[in-house]
Amino acid sequence: MSKDSMKLHLKIWRQEGPNSSGKLVDYDLDNVSPDMSFLEMLDILNEELIKKGERPIEFEHDCREGICGSCSMVVNGIAHGPQKATAVCQLHMRHFNDGDTVYIEPWRAKAFPIVKDLVTDRSAFDRIMQAGGYVSVNTGGTPDANAIPIGKETADEAFDFATCIGCGACVAACPNSSASLFTGAKISQLALLPQGDPERKKRVRAMVEQMDAEGFGDCSNHAECEAVCPKGISIAAIARMRREYLKALF
Amino acid sequence: MSSDVKNSSTMSEKDKILDSKEPEGPLTDKWHSHLDKIKLVAPNNKRKYDIIVVGTGLAGASAAASLAELGYNVKSFCIHDTPRRAHSIAAQGGINAAKNYQNDGDTIYRLFYDTIKGGDFRSRESNTYRLAELSVNIIDQAVAQGVPFAREYGGLLANRSFGGVQVKRTFYARGQTGQQLLLGAYSALMRQVNTGKVEMFPRREMLELVVVDGKARGIVTRNLLTGEIEKHAGHAVVLATGGYGNTFYLSTNAKNSNVTAAWRCYKKGAYFGNPCYVQIHPTCIPQSGHYQSKLTLMSESLRNDGRVWVPKEKGDNRKPTDIPEEERDYYLERKYPSFGNLVPRDVASRNAKLVCDEGRGVGNTGKAVYLDFQTAIERDGIDTIRDKYGNLFEMYERITGEDPYKVPMRIYPAVHYTMGGLWVDYNLMSTIPGLHVLGEANFSDHGANRLGASALMQGLADGYFVIPYTLGDYLAQTELKPVENDHDAFREAANEAADKIDKLLNINGNKTVMEFHQELGAIMWDKVGMARTKEGLQEAIKEIKELKEEFWSNLKLTGEKNTFNKYLEFAGRVADFLELGELMAEDALHREESCGCHFRDEYQTEEGEALRNDDEFSYVAAWEYKGDDKKPELHKENLTFENVKLSQRSYK
Repeated sequence: MSKDSMKLHLKIWRQEGPNSSGKLVDYDLDNVSPDMSFLEMLDILNEELIKKGERPIEFEHDCREGICGSCSMVVNGIAHGPQKATAVCQLHMRHFNDGDTVYIEPWRAKAFPIVKDLVTDRSAFDRIMQAGGYVSVNTGGTPDANAIPIGKETADEAFDFATCIGCGACVAACPNSSASLFTGAKISQLALLPQGDPERKKRVRAMVEQMDAEGFGDCSNHAECEAVCPKGISIAAIARMRREYLKALF
Repeated sequence: MSSDVKNSSTMSEKDKILDSKEPEGPLTDKWHSHLDKIKLVAPNNKRKYDIIVVGTGLAGASAAASLAELGYNVKSFCIHDTPRRAHSIAAQGGINAAKNYQNDGDTIYRLFYDTIKGGDFRSRESNTYRLAELSVNIIDQAVAQGVPFAREYGGLLANRSFGGVQVKRTFYARGQTGQQLLLGAYSALMRQVNTGKVEMFPRREMLELVVVDGKARGIVTRNLLTGEIEKHAGHAVVLATGGYGNTFYLSTNAKNSNVTAAWRCYKKGAYFGNPCYVQIHPTCIPQSGHYQSKLTLMSESLRNDGRVWVPKEKGDNRKPTDIPEEERDYYLERKYPSFGNLVPRDVASRNAKLVCDEGRGVGNTGKAVYLDFQTAIERDGIDTIRDKYGNLFEMYERITGEDPYKVPMRIYPAVHYTMGGLWVDYNLMSTIPGLHVLGEANFSDHGANRLGASALMQGLADGYFVIPYTLGDYLAQTELKPVENDHDAFREAANEAADKIDKLLNINGNKTVMEFHQELGAIMWDKVGMARTKEGLQEAIKEIKELKEEFWSNLKLTGEKNTFNKYLEFAGRVADFLELGELMAEDALHREESCGCHFRDEYQTEEGEALRNDDEFSYVAAWEYKGDDKKPELHKENLTFENVKLSQRSYK
């Protein structure tokens, strides 16, 4: 099953800083193993660059297990690359062929300014959460965890929305650079649970307003976000957010 | 009962005895009687205190949020672009709590006992009991925040069992429990940022601790975007910066997990406790090549339904599905009939190594064993198994290209968690007044081996329910002069940090950070890993010293300091790992016994189990930094057990 070793032509976005202009730079890389992860492939390239005295490619990464949401790159035009429901750190080179040309670019959205190379500033997501992505309980004095039963179906549905890793692929894939899937997922999780109920109206208004203030675009139902979401979160989240928002206005 | 008075005959006069400051009275009353007496800071005075919290994992985020709720001004620091990415997020399996929701006989005492026994009687009774007591509050807190734990059809919370125990007390959120708990703590933190009580400093790496008049009064950080060296003053520092598993290069830790913040505290006078206690997790995806950058854990919960086996014969290269039942060795079930596949992590890991050393390992490298779900799928149906482990199976397939519903998983042990860490007393304060250490960064609670689903429990217990009280106690009884960040101590610390960065960038050698880190990792894995010997450890110390020397004369870095430069960050961390690695080997060498995860080949029972030496080593080893070229000094905290009977652990 192993193709042993592949040769790739890489076209990678290089940009010195937020105010510099960037460009695609060509790199040829030999000895790519199909069992490598995509980021390990970049590690190897960076080793070569450092040895040659060049500046390595900056990209975000941490857990490399698809859960921390750090990694963020557009591979051949698709946020996180060709494998469905997979963060780019979990993408393996067996999905590429010897001789392939691979384009690697950062998230592109007005609300996610480029920091350097493939690194962007996603702090807008934190500010959306600060606006209301929580249940207002202090530490201590909470009721017994089994005091309020929650049906398994409801809990499971809330969980599906709670799996968001905050990577921003939804924004990167959206033609409008909308953050609706990200915002809608948190609103849906908390709206489904009794714990989130008392603040549901205030929450949805505050979070949606913050989302708009950050410069994200509106949703026009392209569903590109769902297609690239590494956790496969459904755009039902967006429908629920809109319903919650409308209900909150009256 | 204070532990500072034991004059065991094995102690030489020179041994320094540490005071754990655990409260008097019976075990079950210690925490509550402590709370009765603890000093409080009046609500109006809390706003006069600035608290620096470093790290935003479970311990750091829960501490920062809880302290801010109380009214303290909190400055929260993290190395990521957002606090939600801390490595707690990757914990899969679950969180223990003695709720006894399953009516299977669980109690606080039983959770305490399992933890003490699982830690092979090398943890402090009082801390561990408090942890078990607080476990029940954590679940209540998380549910109130909207954490979507798994539930039964009737709407109540579901539980499962985990390695090393015989009750079902583990709460879980599919295979993403750490993520859900962290997002709960993160949401509490974001709420406090919104109120203005927490000021958030993302993309900051702590490079120095600042000590003024013997007390921790601030930190020096590097802004990872601009390279700026920053000085932050406060009345106390809470360190929650995680463990040091990445000393081994390959581990299940995230790439940015590091020891730098804790190590700089050590070099400023905080003792480092039990550095040699490193947990090697039994169920990880094996390494596939030299380019491997990290290892991926498969939750231990898989051992509830998966059966571990290797072929009975050496060199049996048939496909696993072609090997008939009678030619398979389900070695854990065979050797440990009462716990079977659910033995604690250290026992499972060591046995995997043993069968692979015998030549019965599987896969291309021979460094793997099978974890087989066929029996469970036949018994419970594929849907039930998918419901329990679906995301883990998908992750496995993504990485290996193999479908675990059809062929058994291949697993091998990997470095996962470090029980050692900065020494703290019962109040979670280090030997530097005002420096409190929480979560994996401290040494407490887990002894020589941590049970599954206990890391999340400890991080959150420390952050939500211990530090809010004990920090107040410290502040209320300590005179703290006003200190600004232009104090000489800050300038010195900032200069130290800046000089080190210049030094790293100016070596201009030939070897990359990754190469050095890989070499260190290889030494650590071979000689300070699952089975250690006196000779191996002595070699390791020598080799690490040589590698350290080479690092400072032959490192090659490119790029600049006043900008985002990931490899510069890594270089600073590897420099610290090189120093810590040596201390880990020294600690392992001095501990002439086997206990939990610390296995010395020289000290084992006839059956190959860890052989403790309670007469001579029933203590916490806390090391004091004495200078770069000097041996660290050993201090001991004697462990006294009044509520459990020390026994040879048996999981048979």
